Amino acid sequence: MRWGIDLLTTENKERLLSIASPAALLAAWQLLSWAGALDPRFIPSPIGIGEAGYALIRSGELAHHVSISLLRILAGFLIGAVPGILVGLAMGTSRWVRAAVDPLVAALFPIPKISLLPLIMLYLGIGEASKIALVALGVVFLVLINSMAGVLAIDPIHFDVARNYGAPRYKLWTRVVIPGALPMIFVGMRLGIGVAFIVIVAAEFVAARSGIGYLIWTSWETLRIENMFVGIITITILGVATTLLLREIERVAMPWRRERV
Amino acid sequence: MRILAGLETQTSGTVEIARADPTRPLNSMVFQDHSLFPWLTVLDNAAFGLEMRGVPRAERRERTRSLLDAVGLTRFCDHYPHQLSGGMKQRVSLVRAFVTDPEVLLMDEPFAALDAQNRVLLQDELVRIWEGSGKTVVYITHSIDEALVLGDRIIVMTSSPGQLKEMIPVDFPRPRNIFQIRARPEFGAVSARIWNILELEVMKAREGQR
Repeated sequence: MRWGIDLLTTENKERLLSIASPAALLAAWQLLSWAGALDPRFIPSPIGIGEAGYALIRSGELAHHVSISLLRILAGFLIGAVPGILVGLAMGTSRWVRAAVDPLVAALFPIPKISLLPLIMLYLGIGEASKIALVALGVVFLVLINSMAGVLAIDPIHFDVARNYGAPRYKLWTRVVIPGALPMIFVGMRLGIGVAFIVIVAAEFVAARSGIGYLIWTSWETLRIENMFVGIITITILGVATTLLLREIERVAMPWRRERV
Repeated sequence: MRILAGLETQTSGTVEIARADPTRPLNSMVFQDHSLFPWLTVLDNAAFGLEMRGVPRAERRERTRSLLDAVGLTRFCDHYPHQLSGGMKQRVSLVRAFVTDPEVLLMDEPFAALDAQNRVLLQDELVRIWEGSGKTVVYITHSIDEALVLGDRIIVMTSSPGQLKEMIPVDFPRPRNIFQIRARPEFGAVSARIWNILELEVMKAREGQR
């Protein structure tokens, strides 16, 4: 009987439990639906949602919406994160840049970015540019603030070492500033991705003819509740997937932190 | 020391360092604790000074490796600082400074954060890799014992403002065995003499705090 004992380590029990609890919840949900305790007009059964999802996948509709949303997120994320990192690092290394940019950031960061959508549409039209710009706006401040904080968190002794050993400016950046701030840059990017999802779905609700947000909104307007659930679950899956992807990039980019993460 | 290291500019006075070879760096500093870059491997940390001076990768690796060998860190070249003990980290700092072959070596309480055994071991290693190089070392310490074991001239400083109070030559012969030096009868006598000078300063500093 050694087998049974070996397999049921505390760790495996934990793993089992973390799979079993959502599975049990789903089963209970399905049973309640079958029993007629849940009104299918408001709460469809898991199997019903699965069927609706399968139909959306087969027709290619889901892939279409997902790819459009992801493209908007990716483009907006890059356009927001790259300058965010650069300006943030510059603010971290130079008190003058910090003094000049800090008030702007303090004023613009707290604005709910979605509230700028009408204005942005006025400037950029109702096409892709306005959605991408909105995502970029949502991402840029989070990345910028965290990148700056990352530089400021570097132990001053590391700058002393670099100076004492005569580091040229570009080496100071590649060997001290960037790797030192990298953990916080990644924190900013993780937060940025989360905001990108929030912003893009909200924008697609009101101002798009495609995308996951649009799928959810039209399903609401036509009362296809299953499709709404499919849309929401898709976002969940995409969110988890991007977080995992980012974590993997982190692992590769920061080998010195592997054991600690 | 920070003025000597070029990290701060003096408000008055001048710094003069006799320079034998202008292609070598003027000074390299061994800092107190935590001065290694957590994101660089042991080898890259130790080769940092050479990299900053534009020494080609292959050459700086070779030079650094041989010094890392000398302090017994060969196996740890690809480790990161957080995987090392305090003593090993300071060995890497030592190598980082030595390998640039500076005119003057500046050491700011490099072993202060180590435990007593490790401190003695590192003092011994410092004497070993330093002897023969003939380099000038400026070494700050709060330990009379350390000053006597390592130094040729001890400069006792006053409490704030820090000024030169007295210069005491140390005549123990070289090459030195730092374990045997401690057993010499003069060791106790000089140690007591320095303490007498210091005691006054310590008292004064205490008065100042009240």
